Amino acid sequence: MNVTSLLLVPALGAALLALIGDERKAAWLNVLVSFLTFGCALGVLLGERPSPGPFLIVDDLNVVFILISTLVGFTTSVFSRSYIAHELEVGHLTHAYLRFYHAMYQTLMFGMNLALLANNIGLMWVAVELATLTTVLMVGIYRTPAALEAAWKYFLLGSVGIALALFGTILVYLAARAVVGEGLDAMAWHILVANAAGFDPALLNLAFVFLLLGYGTKVGLVPLHAWLPDAHAEGPTPISAVLSGLLLNVALFAVLRFKSIMSSNPAALAPGPLMVTLGLASVVFAALMLYRRQDIKRLFAYSSIEHMGVITFAFGMGGTLANFAGLLHMVLHSLTKSAIFFCVGHVAQVKGTQRMAEIRGLTVSHPTLGWSLGLGVVAIAGLPPMGLFMTEFLIVTTTFARAPALAIILGVALLVGLGALLLRLNGLAFGDPDGRSDPDTASFLPIGLHLAIVLAAGIWLPPALVAWFQYVASLLN
Amino acid sequence: MSPNDPLMTSLALDVAHLFAGGLVVVSFMLLYQDRMTAVINIFALHALVVSLSVAWQAAIQDAPHLYITAAIALVVKAVVIPLALHRIVMRLGIHRTIEPVVGTGLTMLAGIGLVALSIMVMLPITQQAGTLAREDLSFALSVILLGLLLMISRRNAVSQVIGFMSIENGLILAATAAKGMPLVVEISVAFSILVALIVIGIFLFRIRERFETVDIHLLHEHRGEQP
Repeated sequence: MNVTSLLLVPALGAALLALIGDERKAAWLNVLVSFLTFGCALGVLLGERPSPGPFLIVDDLNVVFILISTLVGFTTSVFSRSYIAHELEVGHLTHAYLRFYHAMYQTLMFGMNLALLANNIGLMWVAVELATLTTVLMVGIYRTPAALEAAWKYFLLGSVGIALALFGTILVYLAARAVVGEGLDAMAWHILVANAAGFDPALLNLAFVFLLLGYGTKVGLVPLHAWLPDAHAEGPTPISAVLSGLLLNVALFAVLRFKSIMSSNPAALAPGPLMVTLGLASVVFAALMLYRRQDIKRLFAYSSIEHMGVITFAFGMGGTLANFAGLLHMVLHSLTKSAIFFCVGHVAQVKGTQRMAEIRGLTVSHPTLGWSLGLGVVAIAGLPPMGLFMTEFLIVTTTFARAPALAIILGVALLVGLGALLLRLNGLAFGDPDGRSDPDTASFLPIGLHLAIVLAAGIWLPPALVAWFQYVASLLN
Repeated sequence: MSPNDPLMTSLALDVAHLFAGGLVVVSFMLLYQDRMTAVINIFALHALVVSLSVAWQAAIQDAPHLYITAAIALVVKAVVIPLALHRIVMRLGIHRTIEPVVGTGLTMLAGIGLVALSIMVMLPITQQAGTLAREDLSFALSVILLGLLLMISRRNAVSQVIGFMSIENGLILAATAAKGMPLVVEISVAFSILVALIVIGIFLFRIRERFETVDIHLLHEHRGEQP
């Protein structure tokens, strides 16, 4: 399967969706295009790897990201269909905005695929910027003062992040130019990693600080996370799912790419401790902040900060086992968090509010929805038998062998976060239902699929998958 | 221009440094303005200096594609955006209000500290990069840090946008100083789109908000409802 199909399908889809006025057809077309993109990703996975070109590359690392990205992109489009139909019914969105929404959805998919496939650090930067811009526009789509303010905050912080990342990119080019020579070669991944040992370490160190802060803003690492809860809470819920499940991963992917350049240079600063510090700070901060949340989408946005912190921590610790656990945690977090947002989207629609104080007894009033949400929260809190328990356990134990103090902080923070989530779940899912309660029109296929994968991963991982992830993890060293 | 002529080469470098240093000075000028219209005018000057600097780099590096970047900077950022911002400021009636978070004196002191910091950080580590890139990069980092300072020391949206655009000018200075960097033109186009969207954003954000409030008010009166 040709790699460019991963870019062409969403790009053509976006153009078509911009033209289609009928929103039922548009929603179906959105699902179809997303499914085709997922098919292309499977084709790229199973097909032969093309040799890296000047702009695009497929390697073992980005294939994992592309697969999870297109899968969640597809299931979110299925969820989006039922969500958007309801929003249109109650008049939250008009037809013109809806056409815009669908076109932007595919533009976002295009931007993320381009960022993951890019073999050029400049092109990747442009793609991440495109993906950010489309999400900014979608966060503000309801046009309420709160939504506009969230979009504005996201815009400003995201722009500053992207500016810092560009400065870092320029510095990497300068470091590479002295060794590789001028031109496109000095920006191509595979050439940069192969030649990194000869780069000027001081220049690389400075570049990595800028890149980590720049792309770290988009990962939502503390203290650069301020945009994340607002953007999740005020935008349409499918966008919250895509933000948490996919866009944060794309930014993390950029950090990982630059980390492998840093690791290939023995004289450069070890990138690990910086990532460990930011990751641990995010976990601790987010775990404490979970207790004070009153808005259901903000609660899970803070939980995303926590989990991105765990993943950054794991990659920062390094070593095959920690990288393996980090990679698997990232995949399972994407699936679980998007499933939770699918549930939350329907919950907010049937109850007509996002305030947790007004949502009670979901398992009584809407059994399927309530229990799905409950299962999702159990998974995201890191309880057995779900897959995230296993990955968190692996991360804590492998850290324990190398840095016991860090492992204790991480373990305690995870338990604190677990307490907050279970406390909230108790209020949301059990007790006597009260307040508004419309019948739900949810499609449970995406939720069920995601949670089934996460549950299966906790019980039994296919050996082929383990071997594949272990191989990728060893590449990251 | 012959690269082997030592007098011309040193003149070429001096002029390049003059423009880059001028950009830092204009960044400082942005910090102490107390009227909105003055900030916008100084920003137009900022964009003019960056476009001259890029054009000069295009000439001495023999890189004609950089003229496109210079032209974009000149047309979009020195003319179109300042005009649009003037219009917004007039429409909103905020041309006199600037709300600094801390005093001008403190901001200037912090700015001087940031410039010293960026020179101390950049000069020692860019020795391999060549004289031109070396000093331009430390100036570029100064402009970026001063832009960040402007963004955090002002409260209103228009000043923040101008702070962001001055950061962008600093980045373009850095990108052109890195001789032979590919995709500079594409990146500057991408940035222009970003900036244009920001400006449209504040325009829609503020103006629409006002019109919509007025509309809803009228609607309520027409239907005899109390909000």
